Amino acid sequence: MEKVEKILETRELNVNMGPQHPATHGVLRLVLDIDGETIVNVTPYVGYLHRGIEKLGESLTYFQGLPLTDRLDYVSAMSNNIGYVVAVERLFGIDPPERAKFIRTIVGELSRISNHLLWLATHALDIGAMTVFLYCFREREWILDLFEMICGARLTVTYPRVGGVRNDVSQEFLDSLYKFTEEFPTRIPEYETLIDKNRIWLKRTKGIGVISAEEAINWGLTGPTLRGSGVQYDIRKHTPYDAYDKVEFEVPVGTNCDTYDRYRCRMLEFRQSIKIIRQCMEKLPQGPVMADTPKFTLPPKDFILKDMEHLIHQFILITKGPTVPEGEIYVATEVPKGELGFYFVSDGTGKPYRMRIRAPSFIHASVLPKLCVGHLVADVIANIGTIDIVLGECDR
Amino acid sequence: MLIDTSTIGLVEVEEGTKILPPNLIITSIDKVVNWSRLSSIWPVTFGLACCAIEMMAAGASHYDFDRFGIIFRGSPRQSDCVIVAGTVTKKMAPVLRRVFDQIPEPRYVVAMGSCACSGGIFRTYNTVQGCDTFLPVDVFVPGCPPRPETLMEGMILLQEKMRKEHARWSAWR
Amino acid sequence: MIVEVRMKFPYMKMDPLEIAEKIKEKFPLEVVDVTSFRDQVSIIVKKDKIIDICRYLHDDPELDFDHLRDLCGVDYLGKKEPRFEVVYHLYSVRHRHMIRINAQVPESDPKIDSVISVWAGVNWHERECFDMFGIKFKGHPDLRRILLPEDWEGYPLRKDYPLKGPEKEWSGFAEVLEKAKKYREFDWEG
Repeated sequence: MEKVEKILETRELNVNMGPQHPATHGVLRLVLDIDGETIVNVTPYVGYLHRGIEKLGESLTYFQGLPLTDRLDYVSAMSNNIGYVVAVERLFGIDPPERAKFIRTIVGELSRISNHLLWLATHALDIGAMTVFLYCFREREWILDLFEMICGARLTVTYPRVGGVRNDVSQEFLDSLYKFTEEFPTRIPEYETLIDKNRIWLKRTKGIGVISAEEAINWGLTGPTLRGSGVQYDIRKHTPYDAYDKVEFEVPVGTNCDTYDRYRCRMLEFRQSIKIIRQCMEKLPQGPVMADTPKFTLPPKDFILKDMEHLIHQFILITKGPTVPEGEIYVATEVPKGELGFYFVSDGTGKPYRMRIRAPSFIHASVLPKLCVGHLVADVIANIGTIDIVLGECDR
Repeated sequence: MLIDTSTIGLVEVEEGTKILPPNLIITSIDKVVNWSRLSSIWPVTFGLACCAIEMMAAGASHYDFDRFGIIFRGSPRQSDCVIVAGTVTKKMAPVLRRVFDQIPEPRYVVAMGSCACSGGIFRTYNTVQGCDTFLPVDVFVPGCPPRPETLMEGMILLQEKMRKEHARWSAWR
Repeated sequence: MIVEVRMKFPYMKMDPLEIAEKIKEKFPLEVVDVTSFRDQVSIIVKKDKIIDICRYLHDDPELDFDHLRDLCGVDYLGKKEPRFEVVYHLYSVRHRHMIRINAQVPESDPKIDSVISVWAGVNWHERECFDMFGIKFKGHPDLRRILLPEDWEGYPLRKDYPLKGPEKEWSGFAEVLEKAKKYREFDWEG
């Protein structure tokens, strides 16, 4: 029998992970060039959710532009609102009262917990651990019930307003929140026992998505994605806003720069958020929840119906908008995904001349090709999960 | 041997359905087909924006969708309907039309949320003002985002619509 | 292993006006103006030597601007000349100071050098600026539209572009409407 050697011709395969895909966290399209199972190149295509929010913001007043920010990172809407409101307050030059600052810190941390729960649910679901999805959504319903108690909406809240918050919190809310902070730390070990030392989880997340600290800063990553690589950059510590300089908390930082360390960072951030909420609840001062600057903030409703001056202020603020000094300002806040920055250019009228939103998901999506090259197709899914993108923010 | 129905105890349960106890049901094909279709609507996952999160919450354990027979499928070829949850942009419209065209008949469209119904708060250059400009929508579910209970109400309305259909099992476009 | 470290290693935060002075010394011909508003300083420069300025800001050990926070464009149609400005927001993770550089880009020649050799993460920012304003970046490896479809006409964030979109519909969407209309008409006879 003769041995016949056949030389097989190989070709790179071009696979489209389309915008409609169960694992791409929204409408992200990836074109993978693969050689067998190994990835040669990844090209992300974004823009399937580009709604023109920046252009729309230029035609609305500062107050009317606030609901647009809910729809950016729709998983943690309170944090986006806080980012916008802090930037606008810095531009106007007003300062919210102390009680409002503490309440905003509380809801900001609650939305951080809610975001990380959803992140864990979808990340674990994509990697294959389906029970974690149902457990996390059970906790998330609790947090959404708390939001509904404060302001009536579950997802698109618009509760932090320019100059403070919309309304005061009730005692019932504070009691439920206290019960939440008691019970939630007992639930976190439930998730950890499921996946922390699981062999499949470790195999799928250790050594995947490695990016060193210098490269991560060069690429512009922020938030837990950066802190997993060992860089201590947290805006709440560098340039504190709201009540973050009055509470004590630590920022978890990883050492191995891979997916597993970013997962551990986010799990530890759960505990730090509960710590912050506890301290804020203890230190919550009494007082008003809206700043008393009639030229820039809306007056309370019962004064409008009785007093002529407040009525005139309300009318001008709603129709024309406040009279803002000319200038430009950039303010960044730490949302659960990274650093959300707002850049306003004001030309003296009540509408921003230019509203620029620096979204963390946009930058994180651009680093996908670097993380995925050389690994297998299944690691693309783990990488999309670890950079924690939300397409509403990425595309604006 | 033909049965003489005037002598046997037939019970009319609802209009058009008769039962001969204990286990003989006489009804029309329409009713049977419609009942089986509405009890197991399988939508294809088409979550675009914020409404997708509420759709996921409706499918999770608190507001369970599985008890209605609704299971989310990944591929349009294996599903019955598409729930358009979120803003449809002009870049995404060809993709949505393509996915809808791949769903086998009989197929339904549920427009969930203000953005899918009419463009929502986004009246801009890249937003389609309602997915009913290029898709035949059966149920509009308003809200921004609609609560999971509202989406369930929408699915129940779709079930009512399916219950009343007539001869939908023939070749029809 | 996760290390929870308290943030207290030494850093040297410089006053923003000092940073502006340093840049003015090094590049006296390029700096057009220095403005300050609410403790934030903007340095308006000409666009020709932007790569040298950025590399100096990145490499100098006292300034150490290793994190490019944001790059965007602004359209000052009718308000001032030149028409466009490309704004760079820079931050130093080590020293914790921030500066803003505005590079003026005229309408007659909307091109500027790409700083991708200094910060790799600026790739998609520049693509978005091109997409929204039409400013071309020389030296960018892959300059094409990112948020809008590739064959879109017009640059939306310019001030003379209407909010609701131009009269003529984008060809891809017009095709979808045509197809839907065709499928809606059916033949009752056949």
